[in-house]
Amino acid sequence: MRRPAGMFAINLMLMLAWCGSFGSFGPWTLLTGFVAGFAVLYLTRRVWGDPEPQYFRKTFAFLSFFGFYANALLQSSILIARQVLSPRITARPGVIAVPLEAERDLEIAALANLITLTPGTLSLDVSEDRSTLYVHAMFFDDPEVVLDDIKNNFERRLLEFLR
Amino acid sequence: MIELLVELVLVVLVLAGSGFALIAAIGVWRLPDSLMRMHASSKAGTLGGSLLFFAVAIGLGEFDPAVRALAGVAFLLFTTPIASHLIARATYLLGVPRDPSQVRDDLEGRYDLAARVCQAPPEAARAATSAASGGERPSTGAGGGAA
Repeated sequence: MRRPAGMFAINLMLMLAWCGSFGSFGPWTLLTGFVAGFAVLYLTRRVWGDPEPQYFRKTFAFLSFFGFYANALLQSSILIARQVLSPRITARPGVIAVPLEAERDLEIAALANLITLTPGTLSLDVSEDRSTLYVHAMFFDDPEVVLDDIKNNFERRLLEFLR
Repeated sequence: MIELLVELVLVVLVLAGSGFALIAAIGVWRLPDSLMRMHASSKAGTLGGSLLFFAVAIGLGEFDPAVRALAGVAFLLFTTPIASHLIARATYLLGVPRDPSQVRDDLEGRYDLAARVCQAPPEAARAATSAASGGERPSTGAGGGAA
């Protein structure tokens, strides 16, 4: 089993080989070379010692997370836009304590920053023992929904990609 | 045909981007308290800026400006949340008055304003025993610790 960084280096070498055989190092050749290298590595993944090595799992988790995140940013902006343009401001804001599953500093920092760009939430601070993230939520009609969204959507997906 | 399609995409991106930027500005003006204003400026502002960057990347049709525009999007996504998080935290620490529509404040009374640290609610605090046993994470596969 190779480390993801090692697999990435092999992928880059395959990309350069692809570009060399095409005799061009333009943006499109580089891109297709990387994708082709990834595909070759994926098809031969058993050779690398593990049927489902981390490298592929993490790449796929990253791509799915990216799509999910872009969608969340769009949703949150639409939510804000509706509230801002409505004749009366009906938001009921509040501060909620979110128990954290993430433990490492990197995980907590990433989660806190992501939460700020998601529907109706803004991270305020992390408790001293790093067990709780305090989040300012703008639409507090149902605290359970807010909490559930952060825990099950964001934290789970982020940890899937980081761990 | 393709050119028309690209033009249409560009129009949508530019209009949506500037629209969201305008909404962010209106939100900062209309929303009742500073924490809620941070919501408008951080989310709608980021999306508006990113959409305009994408429009530049597609519209110029060259490689160098496109890479720079995409780097701009990445910088927006990385820096905006940090800035708004710091401003929101400072708002809370300074005790800036909040709108009476606020329904709940879990953080109230848990902030040590002098030391600028906050405590976890008692039921969520990480006990010493659970930290010892919870130290092992879900394994990512044999030898995963090597990374």
